[in-house]
Order: sequence, then C-alpha cells, then structure tokens
Amino acid sequence: MSFHPNEVARRARVALGLIGLAFGVLLAAFFRTQVIRNQQWSLRSEENRLREVPLPAPRGNIFDRTGKIIAENVVGYTVSILPQSLDSLKGTLRRVATLVPLSKGEMDAALRRYNRSPVRPTVILPDASFDEISVLEEHRIDLPNLIIQSSPKRFYPEGGDVAAFVGTIGEVSDSELTLPAYAGYKPGQLVGKQGLEREYETQLRGREGSRFVEVDARGRVVRDVGARADLQPQQGKPLYTNIDLDLQEYIAHVFGDSLTGGAVAIEPRTGAVLALYSAPSWDPNQFVGGVSVAYYDSLLNDTRAPLYNKATQGTYPPGSTWKLATSVIGLEDSLVSMDAHMPQPCTGRYLYGNRYWRCHDLNGHGNLNLAEAIEKSCDIYFYQLGLKIGLSRLIAGGLKLGFFDPSGIDLPEDNAPRFPNRLQYFDQKYGPRGWTQGATVMNMSIGQGENAQTVINMAKFYTALAENGVEATPQIAARPPELHRIFTLSDDQLASLRAALVGVVQAGGTAASAQIQGVVLAGKTGTAQTGIRRNGVELNHAWFAGFAPADDPKIVVVVMIQFGGEGPRAARVASSIIGHYLKSSVTSLVETGG
Amino acid sequence: MSGPRRVSLDWPLVAAAIVLSMYGIAVVYSAGQTDVPTAVAHAYRQQTMWFALGLVGAYAVSRASARLIEWATVPAYVGTVLVLLMLLFFGKGAGTAADTKSWLAVGGIRLGQPSELAKITVVMMLAKVLAANREAPSSLLELWKPALVVGIPWLEIMLQPDLGTGIVFVGIFFLMLFWAGVAWELLVLVASPVVSLVLAFNTSLWGAWFLLLLALVLWYKPYLWEGVAVVSANVIAGVVAPLLWDHLQPYRQARLKVFLDPSSDPLRTGYHVIQSQVAIGSGGWLGKGFTMGTQKRLAFLPEQHTDFIFSVVGEELGFVGVTVALALFGFLFYRVVRVAARASDSYSSLVAFGLLAMWFTHVVENVGMTLNLTPVTGIPLPFFSYGGSFMFASWLAVGILVRISSEGRGAGAGQIAL
Repeated sequence: MSFHPNEVARRARVALGLIGLAFGVLLAAFFRTQVIRNQQWSLRSEENRLREVPLPAPRGNIFDRTGKIIAENVVGYTVSILPQSLDSLKGTLRRVATLVPLSKGEMDAALRRYNRSPVRPTVILPDASFDEISVLEEHRIDLPNLIIQSSPKRFYPEGGDVAAFVGTIGEVSDSELTLPAYAGYKPGQLVGKQGLEREYETQLRGREGSRFVEVDARGRVVRDVGARADLQPQQGKPLYTNIDLDLQEYIAHVFGDSLTGGAVAIEPRTGAVLALYSAPSWDPNQFVGGVSVAYYDSLLNDTRAPLYNKATQGTYPPGSTWKLATSVIGLEDSLVSMDAHMPQPCTGRYLYGNRYWRCHDLNGHGNLNLAEAIEKSCDIYFYQLGLKIGLSRLIAGGLKLGFFDPSGIDLPEDNAPRFPNRLQYFDQKYGPRGWTQGATVMNMSIGQGENAQTVINMAKFYTALAENGVEATPQIAARPPELHRIFTLSDDQLASLRAALVGVVQAGGTAASAQIQGVVLAGKTGTAQTGIRRNGVELNHAWFAGFAPADDPKIVVVVMIQFGGEGPRAARVASSIIGHYLKSSVTSLVETGG
Repeated sequence: MSGPRRVSLDWPLVAAAIVLSMYGIAVVYSAGQTDVPTAVAHAYRQQTMWFALGLVGAYAVSRASARLIEWATVPAYVGTVLVLLMLLFFGKGAGTAADTKSWLAVGGIRLGQPSELAKITVVMMLAKVLAANREAPSSLLELWKPALVVGIPWLEIMLQPDLGTGIVFVGIFFLMLFWAGVAWELLVLVASPVVSLVLAFNTSLWGAWFLLLLALVLWYKPYLWEGVAVVSANVIAGVVAPLLWDHLQPYRQARLKVFLDPSSDPLRTGYHVIQSQVAIGSGGWLGKGFTMGTQKRLAFLPEQHTDFIFSVVGEELGFVGVTVALALFGFLFYRVVRVAARASDSYSSLVAFGLLAMWFTHVVENVGMTLNLTPVTGIPLPFFSYGGSFMFASWLAVGILVRISSEGRGAGAGQIAL
C-alpha cells in the first residue's frame, strides 16, 4: 500500500529532511560567501566599480638666486579615455577626431599608451586647449568614458633663454621605463628629459595623487567619487639655483640670433653657476605636452644644432685660452718663471723638425718673457715652453688640472672633454710611428691638437686661476661649494700671472678692446683652429676666458663663439657680460644696503 | 468538514506565497533601479499585474474540486503536448533565451511561455498515471508510462531548446516517483545512466561509480534483464558521452565548462557567475541597502531581474535577506508537504507533491547557480524572477494546493503528525 498513512508520513519526513538538507547547504554556502569571504568579494566589487584616475603632481618650481621663477606650473587640461578594450578606444578616438583635430601621430600615441598600461586612463590630449575642452564638454553625452581634468602644466617664463640649463620635460619613454632609476614610474607620466629637470627629477617630481570615478559595466563614467585626502597630489620640492636670471637673459640678448656658441658665468669662490647659455637656443615650452613634429623638425634641420648644448656638450679646441694651463704646468714644475725667456725670440716663425711653425703674429713678438707671452699670446714662446715641459709632463699636468674629466656640473649633459690620458693614446690613434712627441707637445701647448674642451670645463679651470689654484666645481643648484686645490704656486707667481692676464685686456694686449670702465678684467683670448674652411678662409672658434675684478674675482666668464673668428670678438662679448654683472650686482648691493 | 461551496483556506500556505510574491516584486523594483535606466525600471508594474492576475487565477482554480482538476488532466496534458509541438515550428525567442523557441506569440505579440504551464499539466498527468495503480511501480518496465508522460513534453522542451525547464521535468519525475513509493534503489538505477554520462569525462570517477552501481544491482536483485539493461545503459552512456559532447551546441558546452570552472572564461559565460558571486559576497550580513547594490546599479550584474534576481537579494539585503527568503520558501514547502501528506486521495497527494517538486527544483537550481553550486541554466526563481507566465503558473499551483488542502484531512484527524 503505497499510500498507507504510515508510509506517507515516513516519506513526508524524508521529503522534509531532503528540503532541510538542500536549504542547509544553500545557507551554508551563502554564509561562507557573504560573511566569511565578505572582505574579498567587497574588494572585488570596489575594483569593479571604481577606476583610479591619476592626478599628476605639480613639479617643484625652479628659482634663480634672487627668487625669480625659472620654471613653474600653470593650469593645463588633459583629456583621457577610460577604455574597456582596444576597440572601444579606437571607436572613441574616431568620435573625438570628428570634434577636435587629432593627428594620426596623436592617435598612435594614445594606442601605444593604452597598450603599455590598459588600467590607467589613456591620455589622448596631454595639453588640450580651452577651445578643445569646450567642444568636448559639449558632446559629453556621446563620449561617456571621457575624462577631462585640469592638470598642472610646466611653464618656463623665460623660454629659450633658460633652455640650456633648465632642460625640459616629456612623457617617460619605453626605454626609460626599463631602467632601474625609473622603477616607480608608470607609463604616461612626465619626467625631466634634459637639464635641471632631469638632474633633479626625484626632487622636482612630487607625488602623483589619485581620484576615483565610478564606472558602470560598460566603462561609462557614472560619477566622480573624488580624491581621498591621503591621495592628493603633492607638489615636488622647489629647486633654488645659483642662476642670475638677469645675467642669463642679458647673455641671451648679447648672443641674439646671429651668434652661435656657448657662454658660462661662474662665481669663482663657490662654483655657483650664474649663467649658462647655448646659442641658438630652443623653446622648452614647446616640448611640454608633446613637441609638434614641425617644431622638432625645424630644430633638427637647423645646421647650428640648437639642441646640442654648446656650453656643456660641445667640445672645442680651447686654443690660446689653454696657454694658461701650459704656463701653470711649467711654473708648478719650476721649468719656467714669469720673467723667463725662451731660447729663441719670436720672429713670427719657428723651425722645428723639418718645417716652420707659425706665430699668429707673422711680424713676430720679439724677445718675450712668460708674462709678456701670455699678454701677446705668443705661439713661438709656448712652442718652446711645451718642448721644455715635454709631452709626458704636459699630459700629466693636464690630467691634474682636470682637462680629462667632465666638469662635474649638475647637468646630465656634462660631456667629457677630449684629452689624452697617457702617451699610448697617440700610439693607438696614429700608430707608434705616426706621430712625434715634439710636434704633439707643441700643438698641445697652444691648446690645439688632441685637446677639445667644453666651455664649462674651461670655466672651471679659470675659477682656479681666479682663486689661486683652488678650483670650484660648477654648480647650478644652490649647494655647499665643492672646492679642490689643483695647483700650488707662490704668491709672486700668482700675482704676476694675474698681472699678465690683466695685461691681455690692457692696451697692447690681445683683448684691449674688451676693457671695462672702472673694472680690472683678467682674461685670455683664444682663436681655435678648426681646419674647417669656408670660401678659402679657415673658420676659427673665438674664445675668451677670464675673470673680474682681477684683484677680487667675483665672476669667471668663458665665451666661445663657434666659427666666430678671432678671440677678441669673444672677449668683447665676455666683457659686456662681466660689465653687466658687476654693475648690476653693485646696484643690488646698494639696494640691499640702503 | 467544509460545505460543498466553501473552501477552508490554508492561510499559512497562502500567506507564505503572498509574502514571497511581495518580497519578489520589491526586489524586481530594486532590480530596475540602475544608474543608467533601462526598460527593467518598469518591470515591477507588470510583475504586480501578473501577481494580481495570479491571485484571481488561484481563486478560480481553488473553486474547482480535485475531481474536476483530475477530469481536466488528460485534455490539459494533450493540449500541452500539442502546443509545445506547435512551438517547435512557430515559437519565438525572447530575453536571455532569444535563440530558443519557448514563446507563444500571436500576431507578433508574445503571450507567454507555455512550458511554464506545461510543468503543472505534466504534474497532473503524472499524478493521474501513478495514482491509477494501487501499488507503486517496482520494476523498470512498470515505469514506462510515467516515463512516457514526462518524456514527451520533456523532449519537446529540450528541442526548443530549454535545458533549465528540462531539468525541472527531471526533478518532478524523480520526486513524484519517490512520493508514489518507488524504491530508492530503483530510482538510482533509473538515474544511473545520466550519472554515467556526467562522470564519463573522468575515467576513474566513472569506474568507481560503475562498481558502486554493480554492487547496488547485486544487492537490490532486480530482474535479470533489468540488471543487464541498467549496466549496459551505463556502459553506453560512459562511452557515448564524450561523443555526445562534441555534438552539444558550443554555448551549452561553454555553460557546462564554466560550471566546472567559472574563471576559465571570466569575460563571457563565466562573467555572469563571477559577477553574481561578487554581488552576493559584497553584501555581507545586512547588504548594501535596498536598491543600493553597486553591482546591480552599475550593470555588472547580468539578468538582475530574471535569472540572477537572487543575487540582488544577496547584494542589497545581505545574508539576513537571503535567510529570510529561504526561510519563507522553506515554510511554504513545509506547508505543501503537509498538504500532500493530508490529501484525501493519492491523485491529490501526488499533484501537491509534484507542485512542490517543481518549486523545489526551481529554487535549488536558481539559488544554487547564483553561487555557482549548480550550472547556469536560466530558470526563474518562483515568485521572484520577473516573468508573467511563471508568476501566473505558480499562483495557479497555489490555487490547486489550496483546494487540495481544503479537501484533505484536517489537523484534527491526527493521523499524521507533521
């Protein structure tokens, strides 16, 4: 009897047991999911709905020595997309392109950014104009996954005047991201690319913040949740520099559009770089937010190579400005004294080996001592001094005076000069029989031959001349000075060396035209032969390296004008720089005193 | 006990069904509250309308005696089989099942899903067949009639194809056979080839199952031919299954695969289950608050008003809301078991238990799938999921149960202590 009440009652109990069991299992499963693993699933739920939008940090401002702004941040706009997939990104890009001009290059860059970091919002316009923003805001409904935000934009008020040392910023590149130094960086972030921006990146970059937007399952931005207080972006630390912006601008003005070359002004006692300029310059503001192809091409196609820093990267034969190095080496080794004469007086030419070596003055300087030879920049004297010193000692002395190593300035573009560090250098370069010590030492003693120096490295050497043998490492950032004694001479030797340098700019010296009213200037001209000829005339680099006032040096200036002809031309530029600086610094002293 | 025109209402049962329906409508309303509004926002109105229609239908059915229902069983069943057959030629798809033919449409207007009502007519027909014999079927051969009764509409529905409803039919079949008194060993033997089919993908698992089956056959001692038939059916299932797999539609293959490992396909089929688990799991004890579920609001939760409505319960009302819902179902089921146990005749008893089997299978399958305990088949949750046909069918079932309850033995009879 299958429906006997007892049977039914038994089956009812079994049925209820079955239902109870099933519901028990379900409840246990819900308890595990909802109560025990609640945190894990809650996190997933938050990740689902919240997308992190990075808030770029403003970079630290860069100030000159008087507190004037060299680099700051202004309000800019970036436009990015929160893409669900590559296809949705492409679709949105196409729609955006119908509203605002979007080049193929910009689209490709956006796709590249997405591929590198699909989780972050893909930046499509790193520096959008207000007009572009207005148009996009109008069509906000059609572009639901668009994020428009104001973000700090780097700005260099003096533009090209400061490019040589401040550098610029740009998006971190794929190759940089692979380097350990960029370990904490994410694709799309901005980093210093050159100059101080790169050198002091860790100090200037600040800390990126985050805000969150709530998105729905299709990636549409539903609402802005805002930034958490602890995730606000933090501005980078300011960078205080030794730069004298007024002097920097003056140098840029002096060089103008016509001169090509580099100039450096240093405070000799501290190594503080007052100004550093490379002409022609370029506008660092053009690189912020991505440089346009047209502007970049115009820089690359310029034969004067504006992007090549002529103060720190370019190496040029120092010419006669290096005769001071020859003199110091000779004096320190007691091979010569300031009033010593060489065996042969200058007749305009000097026979060595089987050929005549010329002096720049073909009429000859007559019988000179070292002081006079420096004043007149007599090649014949220095040929003989070089031979007396000998190549080994000249190279060893050059090494000791710092002509082999980079200047140590706090810029990434600090190139090493070209200078031999041992005799074998010549064997390797020319073969053991391809060169002679005599000819080599003669060339090197007048700053030619295997010797090419950066402007900044020459300036560094002249700080030692100004400061009695104590060299100051050039520093742009305001830091404790780094001083090293590189040569030791007696007071008499120093005094007469200084007198000789003063003589250069006095009547009868090579740079008599560079005199400044009321200021005693000490310096040395140089006319570096390049071997490059145009229209039959050899194109020489014009150098001047010097300091002022001679008895209490406050500024070392080195000017190199590429293919600028004779040294005195550079001397006139340098003296106007020094004159401007000393006058303005006196004025500012009076002002602070009053 | 009651006059011929009076129905003594089983209030606890009706109250449980009403509370469940109102709970369900509230959740359907919440399901429509999304940040980007969709048509679902108005679904609760239609659901309320169907609830009202269901109440009317339930009242009407409760006026009909069990004998009238029994009399109508054969025509209703034949009609159901014919309509389902017709659907295979003229059926329309809709919603999540857009590529199936489960909808009856006249002049482009979808009237409903006949398969929802078919569940009830199959229950009625199966009850009639099983009640016809005083003894419960005790051999495979004696099961041919019940198998045919369920098999024909089951085949028609599987051809639509609607795997979920098919599973419900299987649930109804086995649970009603159990209620009719069929020995559990026989039920296991009947089910064994299906188990073999599922286990066929793992040779050692299948081998263990096969040994177990052999032991059962030796212990239960069925007729020799039965034993042979069952064993060979298992062997065939075990061998054929992998071949059959290749003929399964890719989406069904995918659904089965995703059931085994939802993270294998997180963006497509598995997406539903994962997002459902995220929704439920992030609910915690008390949930994110009524209408406040972020998974639902932001459209991460798919089919939040139909198949995955229970995930909304879990997300917004938390473990407490889930427990309340399951407790209501539990109470309803307890009352239905009580009705079945006290029914005046075996037909009524079987119908009552069949309707329980229908709901029970739905609830376990639907709720289980939101947590990936059962495969995602897309069958609705009774009284909750948005959908007129099933709401209406469920209330017709309530009407039938009310009638059977009123005709059954009262609590005073005291023969069955439940």
